Amino acid sequence: MDTAQQAVLTIDGLQILLDALRQRGYRVVGPTVRDQAIVYDDIASIDDLPRGWTDEQDGGHYRLIGRDDEALFGYTVGPHSWKKFLHPPLLRLWSAEHDGQGVRVVAEPDPDERFAFIGVRSCELHAIAIQDKVFLGGAHVDPHYRARRQDAFIIAVNCGQAGGTCFCVSMNTGPKAKAGFDLALTEVVGDSGHIFVVEAATDAGLTVLAEVPHRLATQEEADAAESVVTQTAASMGREMHSDDVHELLLRNLENPRWNDVAQRCLTCANCTMVCPTCFCTSVEDSSDLARAESSRSRRWDSCFTMDFSYIHGGSVRASSRSRYRQWMTHKLATWLDQFGTSGCVGCGRCITWCPVGIDITEEVRAIRDSEQH
Amino acid sequence: MAPPPEPPVHGRTPPDPMVPCVARVRRRRRDAPQVWTLDLEVDGGDGTKNFPFAPGQFNMLTVFGVGEVPISLSGDPAKPGCLVHTVRAVGAVSDALARLGPGDPVGLRGPFGAGWPMTEAAGRDVVIVAGGLGLAPLRPALYQLFAGRARYGKIVLLYGARSPDDILFRREIESWRRRLDIEIEVTVDHASSVWHGHVGVVTTLISRADFDPLHAIALVCGPEVMMRFAITALRHSGLDDQSIYLSMERNMKCAIGFCGHCQFGPVFVCRDGPVFRHDRVQSLLALKEI
Amino acid sequence: MEGLERIVKEHPFFAGLEEGFLNLVCGCAKNVRFEAGQYLFHEGEPADQFYLIRHGRIALELTAPGRGAIIFQTLTEGEIVGVSWVIPPYRWTYDARALDLLRAIAIDAACLRQKCEADHDLGYEMMKRFLPILVQRLQATRLQILDVYGAPA
Repeated sequence: MDTAQQAVLTIDGLQILLDALRQRGYRVVGPTVRDQAIVYDDIASIDDLPRGWTDEQDGGHYRLIGRDDEALFGYTVGPHSWKKFLHPPLLRLWSAEHDGQGVRVVAEPDPDERFAFIGVRSCELHAIAIQDKVFLGGAHVDPHYRARRQDAFIIAVNCGQAGGTCFCVSMNTGPKAKAGFDLALTEVVGDSGHIFVVEAATDAGLTVLAEVPHRLATQEEADAAESVVTQTAASMGREMHSDDVHELLLRNLENPRWNDVAQRCLTCANCTMVCPTCFCTSVEDSSDLARAESSRSRRWDSCFTMDFSYIHGGSVRASSRSRYRQWMTHKLATWLDQFGTSGCVGCGRCITWCPVGIDITEEVRAIRDSEQH
Repeated sequence: MAPPPEPPVHGRTPPDPMVPCVARVRRRRRDAPQVWTLDLEVDGGDGTKNFPFAPGQFNMLTVFGVGEVPISLSGDPAKPGCLVHTVRAVGAVSDALARLGPGDPVGLRGPFGAGWPMTEAAGRDVVIVAGGLGLAPLRPALYQLFAGRARYGKIVLLYGARSPDDILFRREIESWRRRLDIEIEVTVDHASSVWHGHVGVVTTLISRADFDPLHAIALVCGPEVMMRFAITALRHSGLDDQSIYLSMERNMKCAIGFCGHCQFGPVFVCRDGPVFRHDRVQSLLALKEI
Repeated sequence: MEGLERIVKEHPFFAGLEEGFLNLVCGCAKNVRFEAGQYLFHEGEPADQFYLIRHGRIALELTAPGRGAIIFQTLTEGEIVGVSWVIPPYRWTYDARALDLLRAIAIDAACLRQKCEADHDLGYEMMKRFLPILVQRLQATRLQILDVYGAPA
């Protein structure tokens, strides 16, 4: 099979694929149900996948509900994103031993595992590509990110449905996975059975696929897979006019709408924690009581905290208005200046997981509308 | 299976830009209330103690077990074996840093950031406007100007401090005053009647200074409000925005554009600055809480 | 008197002043000299003159109990000392002390006020010269109030 041709896997074939990855030494992680949400965690078998579940999402709203079928990937994205593996929430950077002679600093060793990600959505592939630019694309490279990223095996899944807060079509990031994966699956559940139409994009993907029983897809199967994605694209829950949003926001830094959103925003930082591209971190040092050993850890941080912008004397962004503005203008505007790409992939997590349902697409619309009056 | 532990990190170029090398305090002296200058020496390892840097750059200094802060280099770039940092003890880390004594270890990462436009300054009058601790990151620029004195036009140093006691590098300023090839004016915000120098804000010195605004370049460093006033005065004197440079301060945790803290609109102060040409940040300076 | 006219004309404060006005101003002007340490005036005294500094420097001071004299501004060659003469009740609100040997032009306040009243064009010309200095000093005062170099509390 060459890369242009599509293959078909059965459910059993998918299990064999996961086994093949594990045998190659990968730590296989993917979606699973925990705490009434679909999260990303270790997957021992396809039984760990959220079979027969879907999610209902809206501003500040997330519910799992049962499906009428046995689909394994019949939902959209949950509170987790793959950054929890590639850019861990808490990571020791180094430790130091102090003795009479001085200090010896020891860098944190690379992890001894490599990841296989199962069920990465198109928006998430874009999010990974965006974090690649942040951590690998500049003058300095983050060795921790690189160590986790470079050997990761990625199985994408083309979304079979759009969530209530999805707007990847607006951001040109989905729903069909186009790059950044080894294998991409489209789940087709119908009267004729339950199959996965597979596309291989890399040699690594082809090699693994070769170890798994599969057959070539028929034209009808390929068409069915294509129509799944087309239907998803046509049913986005949200929409954002994004091509001029950079200029729009930067000429509206004093728009009264920021005061309005500040009335609602709790500055809880949920949006930044669930965002698959937010990369900000802080560091903290610790030592034992005798100061014989010390270490530094890096922890996810958020521009919604007061400490984030603290310089001696106080915080630069003391008001919630300025902190929300910082987050949104960074995400949608200055990110482009910094990394040549938007920081938003239209996954909708910030809308769903906002406790008061602030909707980034609605905020953009309100600012845009304010210019019409 | 876990890989073998890595060898201890020495020298200045560890593979991980977040891992400090170990320097030692060679000397510590008090410059003003709460302000201390530390001379550091990098531990050997690569056979040299040299640590080249450009005027205006900064290092990240760690007090082991306490934390890390960005501190600008305030010494002579022509003496790269001795790393001079001037620290104001205002927080847990800077306070611990200021308490270190000779022989104490200091974690060091750097040098980071874009410094002063020393190449652009060649052939022009150089007006240096410093406020408070802002003189520290400008001192390496002054050393370089003195070392290549013939390459520049007039050199003017205008320095404002809170009170006579708060003047940094006082003896050195007095020795510079004895040079006949630099105009130095020092002013304080208020003083007792013992003080014989200027009293008034540093911006008032700008209109009195002798330089050709059409062929001058200005280097400004100090508290942000002071810099805004100074820039207004410099423009009033006839300098254009492309000839005014300023050094910004923001919270920094990594110094390499990863942590996100130092964002100032589209720029990362650590990576794209701390020194910026005024026209690049002008629109943001007037905005609140950016 | 020609010498005095030239000095007044060349002082930055009167730069570009038309000849007729210059003559009116010079009619109120005289050369003065103060030794280092000598006071030009004290707080509360009648503000019957203002000064154009030709050489030397002046410290403006306020005295506070227990703190002694606090210098809040120094003025130098090319600058002017005193605006209290423009505004009733025409009394100084601070002390002015020569820091070095000081040469200045003293302008008789009552004399100039009278001429400004008689000729509002002269009065407007004077206001246009005083106002920027007042605004500049107001801005400087704002910056001082901010105490930007102060260590955070």
